[in-house]
Formats: sequence, C-alpha cells, structure tokens
Amino acid sequence: MFETLSGRLGGIFDKLRKRGALSEDDVNAALREIRIALLEADVALPVVKDFVEGVRVRAVGQEVLRSVTPGQMVVKIVHDHLIETLGGLEPVALDIGQSPPTAILMVGLQGSGKTTTAAKIALRLRKRENRKVLLASLDVYRPAAQQQLQVLAGQVEVPMLPPILGERPVAIAKRAMAKGRVEGFDVVILDTAGRLHIDQELMAEVAEVRAVTSPRETLLVADAMTGQDAVNIAREFNQKVGVTGLVLTRVDGDARGGAALSMRAVTGCPIKLMGVGEKTDDLEAFQAERVAGRILGMGDVVGLVEKAAEHVEREDAEKMAAKLRKGEFSLEDLRDQLRQLRKMGSMEGLLGMIPGIGKIKNQIAQANLDDKLIPRQEAIINAMTKAERRNPKVLNASRRRRIAAGSGTTVQDVNRLLKQYQQMSDMMKRMGKMGGKGLFGRGGMMPPPGMPPFR
Amino acid sequence: MSEGGGWFARLKAGLTRSSDKIGDGITGLFTKRRLDDAALEELEELLISADLGVETAGEIVEDFRRTRFNQEVTPEEVRAALAADVARVLEPVAMPLAIDRARRPHVVLVCGVNGSGKTTTIGKLARQWKDDGLKVLIAAADTFRAAAVEQLEIWGERSGCPVVTAKTGADAAGLAFDALARARSEGFDVLLVDTAGRLQNKKALMDELAKIVRVVRKLDPEAPHSCLLVMDATIGQNAHAQVEAFRDMVEVSGLVLTKLDGSAKGGVVVALARAFGLPVHAVGVGEGIDDLHPFEAKAFARSLVGLDQR
Ligand SMILES: Nc1nc2c(ncn2[C@@H]2O[C@H](COP(=O)(O)OP(=O)(O)OP(=O)(O)O)[C@@H](O)[C@H]2O)c(=O)[nH]1
Ligand SMILES: Nc1nc2c(ncn2[C@@H]2O[C@H](COP(=O)(O)OP(=O)(O)OP(=O)(O)O)[C@@H](O)[C@H]2O)c(=O)[nH]1
Ligand SMILES: [Mg+2]
Ligand SMILES: [Mg+2]
Repeated sequence: MFETLSGRLGGIFDKLRKRGALSEDDVNAALREIRIALLEADVALPVVKDFVEGVRVRAVGQEVLRSVTPGQMVVKIVHDHLIETLGGLEPVALDIGQSPPTAILMVGLQGSGKTTTAAKIALRLRKRENRKVLLASLDVYRPAAQQQLQVLAGQVEVPMLPPILGERPVAIAKRAMAKGRVEGFDVVILDTAGRLHIDQELMAEVAEVRAVTSPRETLLVADAMTGQDAVNIAREFNQKVGVTGLVLTRVDGDARGGAALSMRAVTGCPIKLMGVGEKTDDLEAFQAERVAGRILGMGDVVGLVEKAAEHVEREDAEKMAAKLRKGEFSLEDLRDQLRQLRKMGSMEGLLGMIPGIGKIKNQIAQANLDDKLIPRQEAIINAMTKAERRNPKVLNASRRRRIAAGSGTTVQDVNRLLKQYQQMSDMMKRMGKMGGKGLFGRGGMMPPPGMPPFR
Repeated sequence: MSEGGGWFARLKAGLTRSSDKIGDGITGLFTKRRLDDAALEELEELLISADLGVETAGEIVEDFRRTRFNQEVTPEEVRAALAADVARVLEPVAMPLAIDRARRPHVVLVCGVNGSGKTTTIGKLARQWKDDGLKVLIAAADTFRAAAVEQLEIWGERSGCPVVTAKTGADAAGLAFDALARARSEGFDVLLVDTAGRLQNKKALMDELAKIVRVVRKLDPEAPHSCLLVMDATIGQNAHAQVEAFRDMVEVSGLVLTKLDGSAKGGVVVALARAFGLPVHAVGVGEGIDDLHPFEAKAFARSLVGLDQR
C-alpha cells in the first residue's frame, strides 16, 4: 500500500527531468516527498526532519541547480546521506577485546529477538572466529526462557551456564563471568529478559548487570518493524544502560526498516548486525548500503552474492558476480543459482535480495514460486541441450514441448521459467551497464527501478 | 512484573509517560493560540509521532481544519476534540471477543509475526475464559520455536487449562486436528490454538497457517470460529501489510494489541480501523496473566492525545 521512496522520487524526478533545471520550489516539492516516504518507512519524525534538512543543504544551490540531470543528483544525495546517517559503508565488527573473558550483554524490549540473536552470535563467534563461547540466561521472568536458550545453545553447539533455580540475574551474571574466567572462555554472552525502557526497576537491574560484568559490548536488539517509538527506545536504553551497538532483527520481513535510521541517529551507536531469519545462521553483518537500498526500495544484490559466497565456493561466487556485472547470465548460471538456492535455504529470504524483484513480485506470486518449484525448474533446465541452455533463443515451440515432456512438466512451466530467466537477465544487464562504480563498487549507487542508469 | 493497579491506572501510567511529549507538544502549541496552518501542521506531526501514519494523521487534521480553522482554542479543547475524533474512528471496532458456547468448542486460532505476544495472550485469554466458567483447551501448534511448547505449558498451568502438545518439529496442522478432536469428544467450550510466529511475506510459512485452517475444517467446517491477529503496539506502518496478508490467508476476525504498557502508542490501529474495520478485541498491558483488557475506544483515544483518564 505504501510507495517506496524510489517510487515516489522517481515520479517527481520524471517531471523534473523533463524541465531540466530545479527551482527552489522543485526542491521543496522533492523534499516533501522524501519526508513522506521516510515517514512511511517508519523513520521517526525528528530524524526525518534532520535528514531532510541535511538533504536540503546539500541539494539547494550547488549541484542540483547546475546539474544536467537534477533528479538523479537528488536521488544520489538522498542515498549518500542515508548511508552516512546509517553509519557509513564500513560495517563495524563486534568488539571482542584482548582480555578474555569478554562479556556481551543483550538488551531490548520484550520479544525483540535477544535470545535468538544471542545464539546466533555464539554460533558466529564459534564458527568464524574460533572463539570459545559461553551462553548464559539472565531471564528469570519469561516462562521457559532458560529452556529456550538451552535448546538454542544445543543447536549452535555452545555450552550454556547451568541454571540454578531461584538465582537472580545479577548473581547469574557474576557466576557466568566467574565460569568464563576459570574455564578459559573467550566470550560470555549474557541474554537478559525483555524489558520496557520505562520500567525503572528492570532498567536499574540490567544497569547493575552491566556494572558488575563490564561488558565490552552491550547490544540493543530491536525489531526492524518498530515504528516511531524507536527513538525513545534507543535513547532510553542508551541513557539508562549504555549501548555500544545495535542489532536489527526480522530484516527478512518486508518492513522498510526506518527504525534503523532512527536508532542510529539518536544513539550514534553503530548498527552491527542484522537478523534475517529464525534459524541460528540467519545473522549478517550490518551493511548500510543494503539497508539504505531497502529503505529506498532497491534490491540487495550485494547481499545475494554475499550469502552465496558462504555456501558456495568463493571463486564460484566471484565468477557469478563477474557474470552479473557483465550481463552474461545463461540458463546454466540460472541452474547453478537454483542449486545454490536449494543449499542456501528458503526462497523468500533470497527473493528479497534480487534487485527489481518488487516489480515482478506479483508475477512471482502468480508463478507460485515456492521451494518445491526449484527442483522442477532444475529439471526443466536439465532437459535442455547444452546449446539450448547457452542460447535459449533457439527454443521454439517444438523444442519447448520436448523439454516439457522430458522434465515431466508442462509447456507453460517451461515458458514461465524462460520468462523469469529473461527478466532476471534483463535486470542483470541493466545493472551491469552501471559498471564497476555501480552496485558492486563502494560509493556508487543503483538507480531506482524505472530510472535510467547514471552515465 | 504482573501486579499493581487497575487497568486504567496501568494504561495511564504507560500512556502518560508516552504521551508526555504529545501532551506537552499540544500545550506548548496551542496555549492562547489560533489554529492556523503552522499549528495544524504541528498537530499533524504529533499524530504521526504516535504511528497513525502520514495519511491518517493528515485526514484527521483536515477535519480539524474544516471545523476549527482560525478558532482560538485552549489545549484542553484541542485534546478533547482530537480524542473525540480518534474515538469516533475506533468505537466501531472496539468489541470484545464473544465465545459462542453452542459451538463446543469455539475454536480460536491465534496468529501473528514473531514475538508479538501470541503465547502470552493465549495464557491470559485462557485464564479469563476459565474464570467465566468455560472449559478451555489449548493447542501448542507452535512446533517450531525452541521451548515454545514448554512456555505454553507454563501458561497452561498458570491458567489451569490443559495443553495439547507434540514434539518440536511435529506437524502443526496435525496437532491442531488432534486437539480439536479431543476438545469435541471431551466437551470443551473453547479451543485456543497457538501458532508459531511468522512474517507475513514468507509464503511457505503462510501456507502452513492456511493448512492448519484447512485441516481443522475437516472436523468442523466452520472452524476456526475466530482468528486473532496479535500485534505489538511498537509496530509501525508494516502493520498494514500484516493485516492484509494474514486476513487474506486465514480470514482474521479480530486484532489484539499487546505491550501497550510501553511507551509506544499503537496509533497505527487508528489507521487499521479505517482501512480494514477489523474488531480490536483486547489490549495487553503487561506480562502478567491478568494484564489483558478489553479495548476501549475512548480511553485509548484520550490516552493517545495525552489526556488524563478520569
Ligand atoms: N523472522 C525472524 N524471526 C526472528 C528473528 N530474530 C528472532 N526471531 C523470532 O522472534 C521471536 C522472538 O525471539 P526471541 O529471541 O525469543 O526474543 P527475545 O527478545 O529473547 O524475547 P523475550 O525474551 O521474551 O523478550 C522468535 O519467534 C524468534 O524465532 C529474525 O531475524 N527474523
Ligand atoms: N510488557 C508486555 N510484554 C508482553 C505483553 N505481551 C507479551 N509480552 C512479552 O513479549 C514477549 C514475547 O511474548 P510471546 O507471547 O512469547 O510472543 P509470541 O508471539 O508467542 O512469540 P513467538 O511465538 O516467538 O512468535 C515475552 O517476553 C512476553 O512476556 C504485554 O502486553 N506487555
Ligand atoms: Mg529472550
Ligand atoms: Mg509463541
């Protein structure tokens, strides 16, 4: 129901482009749309105001008015400013420090994703950094909170501090740190109960936990679909407990995620990680470029390639990235991708990462693109000859009938696959035209769908 | 965390804190002031800050412009009038969930995104209905999340209602089917079905939810008789997409708004009421078993604009 920022700006700038130059009024009109789009993306009002002023300062006067393609300039200014407000291009890693055991304290509202994220971080540190990690639950309030962490700890193969009935959070924290010291753990992750930032008593409790454990990281875990209250939540947690980093969860949803901008702006804390699913490996480094793209309604090719890289051979991923860049994308590549998709997990998560997918979302819904479809699509491609896979143009009606018969599908299925392939390869070509400075380069940007690429 | 005060007091405690800004804003804005363009714009911003959304906030303020433009108004008047406008939108949707005792059981399916408060709300509802003299059975159809079953079992103990469970990883629809069969044969009045949290854009998970409905209908073609969408009051504009998707998938019959004891105002329900007209059955105002209350349009609206409860 809401237009994406790129959609909104696209509309306005189409008009502007025709006129060529911007008046002060034009800028104001554009800024009004930017304001509305950001608000619809759940960026908090005070942050929106600052943001829009920042864009105005950069836009009015200089570049835009003299620019040949003013619309594009404004989009670029908005994008760059977004990246900056989100904390810049370089992701900030978790700080594990030099003197183990390092405490990582998880805090946040009820149900924001702390416990799940604690387990995800444990897995990440154990696997990628070879750290010896201990999980501890300080949640003595929520029913079965400790069992939940116990189950997750088992899944990520990280030990959990054995709970003692009736022990209070501060005591648990101390016991966890003591165990960490004695048994040589590198990191002790302290999961806490969800609490409201206006709950004085519980905020004091977690502040005390912080005081006795001196965590290197105090991570505020917040839901990507949080609304305007995000500024209050972030400010309060930061003031009352002291936050070193933010984690944005449920980024696998379709919320625009404006809360990221709000919280980053009011706390100045880096957003370090984002949760992209319920499974324990659904955690990724925060990347401003990707989240900015989301807020702007662009796809997330960087994410797709990155996720692939973890499951596929590194060179394969790089080869694929190169192909994407050059706009060479054959049905064989599609088949490879389908195979990787199967390895990587659910379709939905990945679909969101494919650029321009918003546009063909409905077609995809119609095509009923679910996980069962992948093996079928693979079968279709398998039923083709090598020559056909390399050059699908030769696929006339009789060849399509043969392929359908050979793969146990219908001609419609074959047509649908070819159409999807065509759409994907068109998109990739369009992206490829932007060159290295574009999508895959730092500092470049991708024009919103429907806008011509930058020259 | 569960004790203390009546619901008005608790809601007010939360909302006064949260509305301080709104309240102050209006006070600052409108003392001895004419309702001019600038004033109206700021009023609109105050509503936006409560998550009403740009469109709804704009329309409510337009009403103000039509009827009160250029009038000299006091802050009290502005708040009261604003609350009245908001309450008018909410009144038609403020209705408690009525259990039809003739169903035996009346099946209530509870769904929503992850962490919104489904399981807790089920515990609270079970307790209320039990207190009303109903025989309540709970089905733990979240067979996915770690310790979801254990969590619900504790709520079963607290509410004194039996819980039908299966192992993690079991088929949710099958579990719901078994629970309904048991509820029918043992004469339960209500069957509450907890489901795993799911994001509305995940097609496979949404299909699973639809499957639960399909399967329970094999036993009772009219089940589920109610389908509650549980939503966290901190949510922003994504609430629209949630209602739309869950409504399309499982015919949501009403909403429950949780965590209203926080500082988020849940203003998006005003927009939802206008867009969908779905009943709002109850609000969660804490983590305790008694912290669930009927949704009251006037109280909600007045709190939203920073008016004290009387
Ligand atoms: N889709 C999705 N679900 C998530 C993500 N992170 C957590 N969840 C789910 O969100 C729900 C709540 O997560 P928890 O980890 O229990 O949240 P919590 O903050 O520990 O909750 P409390 O301890 O009750 O305050 C669970 O259903 C999780 O599976 C994520 O990144 N994506
Ligand atoms: N403050 C407050 N907390 C609540 C309220 N309702 C639920 N919670 C808390 O929110 C967290 C999540 O609640 P759950 O009932 O587990 O949510 P859920 O929707 O079942 O979560 P999943 O099954 O993981 O999707 C828990 O810590 C609850 O105690 C409420 O009205 N107020
Ligand atoms: Mg937890
Ligand atoms: Mg639950």
